[in-house]
Amino acid sequence: MPFIPHTDDDTREMLESIGAKSIDDLFDEIPAELKIDSLDGIPDAMSEMEITRLMRERAAMDGAPLCFIGAGAYEHHIPQAVWDIATRGEYYSAYTPYQAEASQGTLQTIYEYQSMITELTGLEVSNASLYDGASGLAEAALMAVRSNRKAKSRQVLLTPGVNPTYAKVANAIAGSQGLTFDYLPMDTSTGNLKPGALDDNADPVAVVIQQPTFLGTLEDVDRITDWAHARGAFVIAIANPTSLAVLRAPGHWGEQGADIACGEGQPLGVPVSSGGPYFGYMTCKEKHVRQMPGRIIGRTIDLEGKPGFTLTLQAREQHIRRSKATSNICTNQGLMVTAATIYMSLLGSDGLAAVARHSAGNTARLVAGLTSIDGIERLFDGPAFHEVALKFDRPVVPVLEALAAKDILGGYDLGADFPDLGDALLVCATETKTEADIDVYVEAMREVFA
Amino acid sequence: MSELPGDLQYTSDHEWLRREEDGNVTVGITDHAQSALGDLVYVELPEVNQEVENGGDMAVVESVKAASDVYAPIGGTVVAVNDALSDDPEAINNDPYGEGWIVKLEPSGDEGELLSPDAYQALLDDIDS
Repeated sequence: MPFIPHTDDDTREMLESIGAKSIDDLFDEIPAELKIDSLDGIPDAMSEMEITRLMRERAAMDGAPLCFIGAGAYEHHIPQAVWDIATRGEYYSAYTPYQAEASQGTLQTIYEYQSMITELTGLEVSNASLYDGASGLAEAALMAVRSNRKAKSRQVLLTPGVNPTYAKVANAIAGSQGLTFDYLPMDTSTGNLKPGALDDNADPVAVVIQQPTFLGTLEDVDRITDWAHARGAFVIAIANPTSLAVLRAPGHWGEQGADIACGEGQPLGVPVSSGGPYFGYMTCKEKHVRQMPGRIIGRTIDLEGKPGFTLTLQAREQHIRRSKATSNICTNQGLMVTAATIYMSLLGSDGLAAVARHSAGNTARLVAGLTSIDGIERLFDGPAFHEVALKFDRPVVPVLEALAAKDILGGYDLGADFPDLGDALLVCATETKTEADIDVYVEAMREVFA
Repeated sequence: MSELPGDLQYTSDHEWLRREEDGNVTVGITDHAQSALGDLVYVELPEVNQEVENGGDMAVVESVKAASDVYAPIGGTVVAVNDALSDDPEAINNDPYGEGWIVKLEPSGDEGELLSPDAYQALLDDIDS
């Protein structure tokens, strides 16, 4: 369905018929002192030719280094078919469909996506996606407040393994709406929740548990889930979708399961890139669906009894509910979700589990190699998924710079986010790394430490 | 022509209330309101013991085409909610003044002007004309 913009004639005609002289007239009621002519730090517009050249130059600066950074975005092999199909004209739109029911194919794709992501997370309903994992947490927290009506508290507790960027984003979005986000204390010897940290007097509206943790460890999700539910709090799970092929789904955590799951969908067929676009997923128990933000596609039958797909539960969205809508989110990351759906379809559950196992195996191999070097040891002993924190006997930054000079992105420096952990580096080797790649990294590190 | 029981009071937002013998009031939405909304699919009820202000948000009724707030016709404390509506929201469509009641309030005295059946009928006639 083509999008046809207004011509100058259209615009003139419309302005004439309402008696306005110019487009600017329409914004007359905004006081002049609130209007700005230019944005600080935003350069003048460039021509297509200029911008293409600039972007090529910038992209070339990236080179093609061996990447061992994870920390929330993960490099996975993306079968060629994923983006070949996703960029076909029938699919190629960044947007949620308008005149939705005329776009049955798009709706079916999203419905299939929702079905897959609910299966992965072990929950009952999914929306059509959100912007990214971090804003997904903010939406999940706001949703928990709306849905957990018995709770008067506005405190959201975070396990220490919640991605620090997610906490910052959630606070930026939901902090101004009266929610507070507080981390539970970490045991710096395990990277997990400190024993005794689950205070029986706590009264949070929701508890956020990330599994695997940002530091790559595995948290005791059952115990924390049950503790939260005993306090009348909702449980919000953040999980890497790849990990869910081998780890227990949030819907089965503890006695009752998590109430809401959210996270970053990028590992499912979306390439790593600075700043996205990525997509956030969100699933929940069916009883909370009316408080779920975003679009939801349903399957139904038409007047002739034929199956069809439709936008459902729209009455809670802002085009109907206006200022009282459950959320301002009324779009989805259509193109990213299309890629993720094709990715999951091509791999299947066995394929996704193979990706997860290979990634975990490669990381274990990498860690064994790196910790054979004097001056590097594991920061935590417990089990890990495909990401491990290492402790250095020297500052991390010069080491990363020396590795970068050898065209290796060595990992994520934990110093800024976790100063208590000392000189620490988070490394990840997904299935994209060969044994030779890992050996190259280990030998390069050995030279740096020599 | 919608049904309009004579023993009830009404609001211009299309809620009705019945003063019960125990001093509490039962609240619902009118036949006109349910008919305008169409088939209801969901009712969001307040919590028992919740205090509501006169004219404040009290519940939400949702049909396939719209979701509307139900405002408290008087101030008070919620003493009972019609839990049966969770499974059967269409009770409001089928029996708006009976099985379709929404909330029982204990009045706090925070009351404004309410409409008599005749006054409400006049309002409806105005809407229809």
